[in-house]
Amino acid sequence: MKHLLTTQDMSKDDAILLLDTSAQMAATQSRENKKLPTLRGRTVVNLFYEDSTRTRISFETAAKRLSADVINFSAKGSSVSKGESLKDTALTLHAMGADAVVVRHSASGAAHQLAHAGWLDAGVLNAGDGMHQHPTQALLDAFTIRRHLVGHVGDDGRGTDTSVGADLAGLRIAIVGDVLHSRVARSNVYLLHTLGAEVTLVAPPTLVPVGVETWPCRVSYHLDETLERWQPDAVMMLRVQRERMSGGSGAFFPSPMEYSRKFGFDARRLAVLPDHAIVMHPGPMNRGLEISAAAADHPRSVIVEQVANGVAVRMAALYLLLSGTDSGDSGASTQQTSTDERNVL
Amino acid sequence: MNPGTRMPESSESPNSTPGTAAERTVLGEADIARALTRIAHEIVERNKGAADLLLLGIPTRGVQLARRLAERLAQIEPTFSGEHGTLDVTMYRDDLRRQPTRAVGQTVLPGSLDGTIDDKVVVLVDDVLFSGRTIRAALDALNDLGRPRVVQLAALVDRGHRELPIRADYVGKNLPTSRSERVRVRLADVDGGADAVVISEAAPTTSAPTTSPAPASTERGAR
Repeated sequence: MKHLLTTQDMSKDDAILLLDTSAQMAATQSRENKKLPTLRGRTVVNLFYEDSTRTRISFETAAKRLSADVINFSAKGSSVSKGESLKDTALTLHAMGADAVVVRHSASGAAHQLAHAGWLDAGVLNAGDGMHQHPTQALLDAFTIRRHLVGHVGDDGRGTDTSVGADLAGLRIAIVGDVLHSRVARSNVYLLHTLGAEVTLVAPPTLVPVGVETWPCRVSYHLDETLERWQPDAVMMLRVQRERMSGGSGAFFPSPMEYSRKFGFDARRLAVLPDHAIVMHPGPMNRGLEISAAAADHPRSVIVEQVANGVAVRMAALYLLLSGTDSGDSGASTQQTSTDERNVL
Repeated sequence: MNPGTRMPESSESPNSTPGTAAERTVLGEADIARALTRIAHEIVERNKGAADLLLLGIPTRGVQLARRLAERLAQIEPTFSGEHGTLDVTMYRDDLRRQPTRAVGQTVLPGSLDGTIDDKVVVLVDDVLFSGRTIRAALDALNDLGRPRVVQLAALVDRGHRELPIRADYVGKNLPTSRSERVRVRLADVDGGADAVVISEAAPTTSAPTTSPAPASTERGAR
C-alpha cells in the first residue's frame, strides 16, 4: 500500500488487513505506555486546507504514538493565503523530506493529484477531499461496527475483540442525512459493501446526489419506514453540512425543525431498533438537528468510541504505508514467517 | 544431543523448501519433546520453583512452544498457574524499512495479570535463535509492557551467528550451521505433520541476508 486515497477501489483483503492492524494498534492504546517506536525518524506532514479539529488531532496523535515527527500545516497563516499553489506546496514538502502527507482539501481529487502528479514521493493519506472521499473515517466506522456487532465488545468499549479476520457479511447499516455533501457517506458505502454489509441511504430527495443509482446501496426517503421494516444493525447519522449549503439551511429543506422531525434521530426512533443496534455519528454533531441529545448520549451510542478508534485506524494506515520497502508491494501480500526466515530474508 | 529418530530425506515433503535443496532432519518429534521437558526442569531449577513465572512466546512458533512448556511446568510444579502468553515484536523490529510490510500480530497477556508484567519472571520462548535481533525487539516490547523482575530466554534451537550480545538461558539444541543454510522448526499444531527441526540449503530464489555481505557468495560457491 503506497497511498490511501479512496475506499472505492480497495480490495477486501486490504480492508481486512487494515482493520486487523487497527485492532492490534487499539490493543496497545490501553497500555500505560502508549508510544511505540515503529516510525521513529519518519516525518508526517498534516496538510490541511480545510478546517478540522478531530481528524487533524487524530492523525497527529496517531503519528506521535508511532514516534513519527509531525509537522502541521494549515492553509490559514501560510503561503497559501499569499496564493501558493498545491503544486508548489507539494514541492516544498518534498524538499523538506516528508515521508507521508495527510491532506485535506476542499477540492475533490486533490489527494489523488498530490499522489500521482509526481510532485513528491511520499505516501499520501486522504483526510477528506471535497465531496469525494474520507477513507480513514469509513475504516474507523467499519472497525467500530466490527468490534461491536461481530466481535461483541461490551457497551463500554472494553473486552477482547474476537473479530480479527472477520468481515461484515449480512449486517445492515443505515446512513442517514446529508448524503449529498458527505464524503463520509461515499467512503462508507463502498467500504461497507466491499466488506459484505448491506447499506441503505436515507435522506430527503434534495440531499441525495445525482448518480446515486450507480452506488452499491439502496436509497430511501423515509427514516421511520426504514428503521421499522428493515431493522438496521447500525444507524450512522450524518452531519447537516450547512456551510456547504448556499443560502443557509433553507436551500435544501424547508426548515431545520422539519428536517429534525423527519430525519433527526431521537430516543423514540432508537426504541424501534433491535436491541444490539448501535448509533454512530462522524462528528461534529449538530445536537437537536440530525441527532437529539438523548440519542447521542444513549448507552448504545458509540460516538465517543469512534473517536478513540480513529486513532488506532490512523496508526494502522500510517504503519502500513510507511513500513516496508518502497517497492510498492501491496499490503495484502504481507505474511507471517517464522523467526528464522525473518532473520534470513 | 542424540539425533534420534532421524528420517530419510525423501520422506520429508510437506511445505518444504522449493527446488533441489537437500534437507536434513536434525530433531524429530521425540527429541523435541525431550528437549522441552528438560528445559521445563531447568527453568524450575534455575528459578527455584515457578513463583511469578510467565512464559511469553514470540510468534509464530514460539507461541506453541510456550504453551507446551507451560503444560510441562504445570506437571512438574503444581503451584505453577500455567500462565503463558504471546509477545508480538513486529513494531519493534529494526528492519521494518528493509522488508515488505509485515502484518502486526497479537500480544496476549494472561487475563489475571491485568495488563502488566511488573515484577514477573518472564521467560521469552522462541523457536530458532539466530542473529538475536528478534530478541532485542522482544526486550524493547517487554519494556513497554512493564518492568519484569527477570527476563530469561528459551530457544528450541540455537544456530549461532549472533549479531548482538544476546544469549539464551535455555537451549533445546545447539546447532552449528552455515549462514547459507536454513533452519526450520515444524510443529504439528502450526504446520501440520510431525514435529521436526529441519536444515536445508537456502533455496536459490531466496534473497541473501541483507545484514551481512558474505553469505551470498558462500551460497553460490557451494553450488
